[in-house]
Amino acid sequence: MTPRPTAMLIPIAFLGGLYFAVFSNVASFLPALLNGLTVTIQVAIPSAILAYAISVAAGLGRLSRNAAVRLMSGAYVEIFRGVSLLVILFWLFFVLPEFGLTLSPYVAALLGISLNAGAYGAEIIRGAVQAVPRGQYEACVTLNMPGWRKYSRIILPQALIIAVPALTNMTIELLKGTALVSAVTLVDVTAAGVRQNQLTYRTIEIFSVLALIYFCLSQVVRFAGALLETGFNRHLRTGRS
Amino acid sequence: MADEKIRFEAVSKRYGSLTVLDQLDLSIGAGEVVSIIGPSGSGKTTVLRCLMTLEPVDDGVIWIDGIPLNKELRSGALIEASPAHLRRMRTKLGMVFQNFNLFPHMTILQNCSEPPVYALGAKPTEARSRAVDLLKMVGMESKQDHYPAQLSGGQQQRAAIARTLAMQPEILVFDEPTSALDPETIGEVTEVIRALATKHSYTMLLVTHQIDFARDISDRICFFDKGRIVEQGPPDAVIDSPKETRTQQFLRKVAKAR
Repeated sequence: MTPRPTAMLIPIAFLGGLYFAVFSNVASFLPALLNGLTVTIQVAIPSAILAYAISVAAGLGRLSRNAAVRLMSGAYVEIFRGVSLLVILFWLFFVLPEFGLTLSPYVAALLGISLNAGAYGAEIIRGAVQAVPRGQYEACVTLNMPGWRKYSRIILPQALIIAVPALTNMTIELLKGTALVSAVTLVDVTAAGVRQNQLTYRTIEIFSVLALIYFCLSQVVRFAGALLETGFNRHLRTGRS
Repeated sequence: MADEKIRFEAVSKRYGSLTVLDQLDLSIGAGEVVSIIGPSGSGKTTVLRCLMTLEPVDDGVIWIDGIPLNKELRSGALIEASPAHLRRMRTKLGMVFQNFNLFPHMTILQNCSEPPVYALGAKPTEARSRAVDLLKMVGMESKQDHYPAQLSGGQQQRAAIARTLAMQPEILVFDEPTSALDPETIGEVTEVIRALATKHSYTMLLVTHQIDFARDISDRICFFDKGRIVEQGPPDAVIDSPKETRTQQFLRKVAKAR
């Protein structure tokens, strides 16, 4: 039995009506959300860059021959991986001033997020460095490669290729973690959404748009990660010419 | 024999309770080509790895040109070698690995031209032109901009040999250089090694399972078993008329497999 065309129109008309009923007022809250989005991006991008730098430093630190460096890197990873990001943000913003160090909301957010993500990233880098085949290290020894050249030119380039999928994951986590920065009074896209909800009561629309925004940002990160992966791997695929 | 280049003096290497090298004494002259044969687990690769400072030695001293390698002479006493001393001594040594160990993210030319810049402070332009010459010598000049993964095993090994030569070593160490290769590409690699043995003055130490090849290029064959040299001498003597029963058994088994 095929449904009559006129019967199909009823749900279509219903959905259309619902759409207009729900989204006709997007303009009333969207500008505020977009302002929040710029704050989210302003926090996320520098935090990510800082987190990568911390990841490499602490990840290599955990493999250092120097016991003190190893211990400090290990303590950093365990502390910042083991404490809730929200609590880290509170510490940076509310506790540090008690010791005479006052951070702006932006700096506190940036530090908190990158220190938290960097703790995960350090473990990713450590694992990736250890996954570079032993023979590569041995070749470096027999070719007398100086230590820092060995890492900068031989080991790290190969380790980063291995680390890209996990780092993509970490970056998406970092991005979503920025939703907590309202704790230090920044008005990011989530905080803007909450505030607009209180003003306009457009609950469904606001939080639908909010979800969509995070989803799209994550897709951008995922896409960038995939590009890097194929870019890095183009020389490593076997295929004789 | 010409001047002594390398000397193992009562060198022992243990992994836990397993003794891999047992009081090994071995002397190799300058320009001499020595092949080490023997069953797996006999310690032949360990000899090379100790010489390349990839493995620390438990007892004994390895000398190169009369200078201790794994020890250092400080105020009349031999002490454990410092990393700086090992680095200095390694400039005389070059190793070719079974699995090539080329750097996969670099072209063949970069593989051969960058290490001399970093490790020896060579000028990039000079290192590059030297690398091009060496790649020509091993017949790889047309592949210099390829990445290792784009090449066959034989081509990779030839490139790896060029990379080792780019460091201008005096001693060349080959660890089963053809064991990871397809049969049809073994010949191109053995040809390169043969040319190095006959046309150049490198001191060469080679671990191999290719008995015929070892016989062709070597001045001396050492048969290893259980961390010791069971028998050594000119190729004809060791391979064609071995005196020790252990050597005879091994060569019979190898001959059967061929």
